[in-house]
Amino acid sequence: MSPAVATAARADRALNEALLRYVLRLGDTSLVLGQRLGEWVGHAPTLEEDLGLANLALDLIGQARLLLTYAGEIEGRERDEDALAYLRDAPEFFNLALAEQPNGDFGCTIVRQWLLDAWQLEIYAGLQESTDSRLAAIAAKALKETRYHYRFSSGWLVRLGDGTAESHERVQRAVDQLWRFTSELFAPDEVDERMASAGIAPSLSTAEVRWSAHMDEDLRAATLKRPAAQPYPWHGKRGVHTEHLGYVLAEMQHLQRTYPGARW
Amino acid sequence: MAALIADQATAARERAVWELLAQVPDPEIPVLSIVDLGIVRHVRHGADGRLSIGLTPTYSGCPATEVIRSSVRNALEKHGHAQAAIEEVLSPPWTSDWLTPEAHRKLAAFGIAPPEGAVSSPKQLWRATVVTCPRCGSRATARVSEFGSTPCKAHYQCSACREPFDYFKCL
Ligand SMILES: [Zn+2]
Repeated sequence: MSPAVATAARADRALNEALLRYVLRLGDTSLVLGQRLGEWVGHAPTLEEDLGLANLALDLIGQARLLLTYAGEIEGRERDEDALAYLRDAPEFFNLALAEQPNGDFGCTIVRQWLLDAWQLEIYAGLQESTDSRLAAIAAKALKETRYHYRFSSGWLVRLGDGTAESHERVQRAVDQLWRFTSELFAPDEVDERMASAGIAPSLSTAEVRWSAHMDEDLRAATLKRPAAQPYPWHGKRGVHTEHLGYVLAEMQHLQRTYPGARW
Repeated sequence: MAALIADQATAARERAVWELLAQVPDPEIPVLSIVDLGIVRHVRHGADGRLSIGLTPTYSGCPATEVIRSSVRNALEKHGHAQAAIEEVLSPPWTSDWLTPEAHRKLAAFGIAPPEGAVSSPKQLWRATVVTCPRCGSRATARVSEFGSTPCKAHYQCSACREPFDYFKCL
């Protein structure tokens, strides 16, 4: 192999590894958030909202399936969506730490959802133009679903924030508690930069401006205050998680770990 | 001339497959066929004579997708197309605009309000959609829930006849 060919092959391999990591981040974020929402089934305040949360979970897990199937193909080690979802440990998950945070009360679940819906809205919108046609197709499909999710979560944010003194206070507390996890959403690392320069992923700084505008508009309508930006010590997308992810995975993976390959 | 006849024969074979697929019901709304729903994206006879069918999911997580795939597989096998390839087509993404006029009529007759209007812009979501009650035809209806019994439906109630009903969402 000539030095030029060897350099090109190395560059290809590096790009492929970054792409794999990037697709896992997207897929894992959808999967973990979907799993969290699934915990609400049978427990939501009303039947309608129970169905709503379950529908969101279903869309998110569907998106995760498309993304993890693609990740398995990029990886080329014959791991399918199930192997990736059920047989990896927490440090091999690359979801945003916000997605794994506990449900808390209904208001807290709504705030987490709203923060991530607005994030997905901007990321998927940008990914529609991706030079990676597979990602562009998955994003175009997911974006349509995400618009409904965002309408649901932002609608509830306004109803709770601009509701009773009790609902206002509780939803403001959730905003204050979860805000620190949002800095991870737009903090680029070498994977994000490589993806953006290859035209595969949208620029995070552009997405952040648009996300931030959604935040301000919705918080104003909800009569809630925007917390100050906070430094953030966790890096879910680098595999460093809060203690909560282990519990999510324990429940999600238990059956496949205990009875490998179980079908019904 | 021979090429023209061959083309016509291929077109006739493809038409027969479309007719076959028009008999495959959607598992969640069985009054609709998968062709009515617009999820059959192509039927092609390749140069090698091999048949390929393109299917697209309605929603990413729609649990009916796999049931539909196996119903299509069964229908094809029963009619001598055991070798047919079934491909998943993701792009362009499915839209409720692809529901046929026949599908709109069947939905309303079944008690599900069909999607109102075409979906051209995302902003359309933020406008209040006026949905017609499939039972009494009143336009005085209200949304009870964004999400209904399946991903593709929302839950409404009619203010005139008081009956609850499903609305097939625009996507
Ligand atoms: Zn009515």
